[in-house]
Amino acid sequence: MAHQEHDLTIFRGLIKFKNITQKIWGVLLLLSIVTAVEVALGIYKPDALMSYIPYLNMKILNLIFIVLTIVKAYYITWDFMHMRDETKLLRRVVVWTFIFLVLYLVWILIQEAGYIFDIDSIDYIKRDF
Amino acid sequence: MSSSVNVSSSENTWGGGNKPMNASYGKLMMWFFLVSDGLTFSGFIAAYGFARFKFLDSWPIADEVFTHVPFLHGQELPMIYVAFMTFVLIMSSVTMVLAVDAGHQMKQSKVAFYMLLTIIGGAIFVGSQAWEWATFINGDYGAVKTKGGNILQFVDSHSHHRVALHDFAHKHHTDRVQHEETNGLWFYDEGTLPEYSIAEVIEGMEASPNVLVRTQTLNKDGEKTILSRDESLNILRAHGQSIVTGANLYENEYGVPLFADFFFFITGFHGFHVFSGVVLNIIIFFNVILGTYERRGHYEMVEKVGLYWHFVDLVWVFVFTFFYLV
Repeated sequence: MAHQEHDLTIFRGLIKFKNITQKIWGVLLLLSIVTAVEVALGIYKPDALMSYIPYLNMKILNLIFIVLTIVKAYYITWDFMHMRDETKLLRRVVVWTFIFLVLYLVWILIQEAGYIFDIDSIDYIKRDF
Repeated sequence: MSSSVNVSSSENTWGGGNKPMNASYGKLMMWFFLVSDGLTFSGFIAAYGFARFKFLDSWPIADEVFTHVPFLHGQELPMIYVAFMTFVLIMSSVTMVLAVDAGHQMKQSKVAFYMLLTIIGGAIFVGSQAWEWATFINGDYGAVKTKGGNILQFVDSHSHHRVALHDFAHKHHTDRVQHEETNGLWFYDEGTLPEYSIAEVIEGMEASPNVLVRTQTLNKDGEKTILSRDESLNILRAHGQSIVTGANLYENEYGVPLFADFFFFITGFHGFHVFSGVVLNIIIFFNVILGTYERRGHYEMVEKVGLYWHFVDLVWVFVFTFFYLV
């Protein structure tokens, strides 16, 4: 089996590791720190982050959680699943297929749920008994 | 192998041995499977989002539901155990990628060792999930279900901590026995009778002035609404219908039934993936020990099962966020 060379840098070349084993432990450290931050934020829920972002109708804290999750997903896929070392075409085929379908699904379901919530909030539908 | 592809790709297109996108057939198919499996999970999580936005003003708060840690009974430690589970799974992903790397270097015993660690990590995770399910199903405080299907919980009027039903409900002797299918004309049976009747809870409530009712409705601060003493008694007398302890697919003491349904479905589907991952890892582990991949000349099989294992970890990262954090 032909060995492909591993790309040993993360953060766009900002952090460079000497060998693949060192990179794996580095990524573990990164993932652990991100998880620890998530848990700490989840437990203490700082008041400053509990306000809503205009137009998005989402708390700042929740946006931070989602962004941190995508960061973790990126490093798991890119470094543990070696997506960084695959061809550009394979990366695009897997990632964009997924992102387009999921964005569409999430948008349409959340939109519909908001509509149903509004309908349920109309006076003549009672759920408070 | 790769040279034969490069020599005359135009003549040899259908002759086999091609590696589109520079990935082997097996790895490519694994990626295809992972994309489709990922879409299945996205469907579940998006459906969870649908249910949650539909009940935006009354969805249970996960922090208040998953507060248990094994061996630390009675302490409220939200998220600590889930964080531990997340760490175990990430750690087993690390040992997996180390096994893949050892495979590239053709170090048989190292691959076997890291595969073993991965299997142990997966087993710890599945076991933790089983424990989490058992805790969730058993419940802790108990609640009252209203005629409209809403959940009323009980809190202390000073500390606003939850109060368990058995702390205040009055237990009477009743002649009501569980109906079994061996009795009576029609061969129906009924579920286990609840520990208390609704009348016993109301009586206990009347006798304990420091107990208040907490409804599912979220107030402006995102906390559950606590009723006044009069409102508490009124709503209990007017709408109280049955006792709920723990959770199942029909009702749960934490609020909207869909919360428990999605919990069982999503973490169950994920747990099933972890379980099958552990089984696959065990098969590969024995193949490594038997020297199958030494004879084959490469450890690509470890790489493929590794992709699946990392995917399981990847899904958990999202489940963790959307079920426990957001």
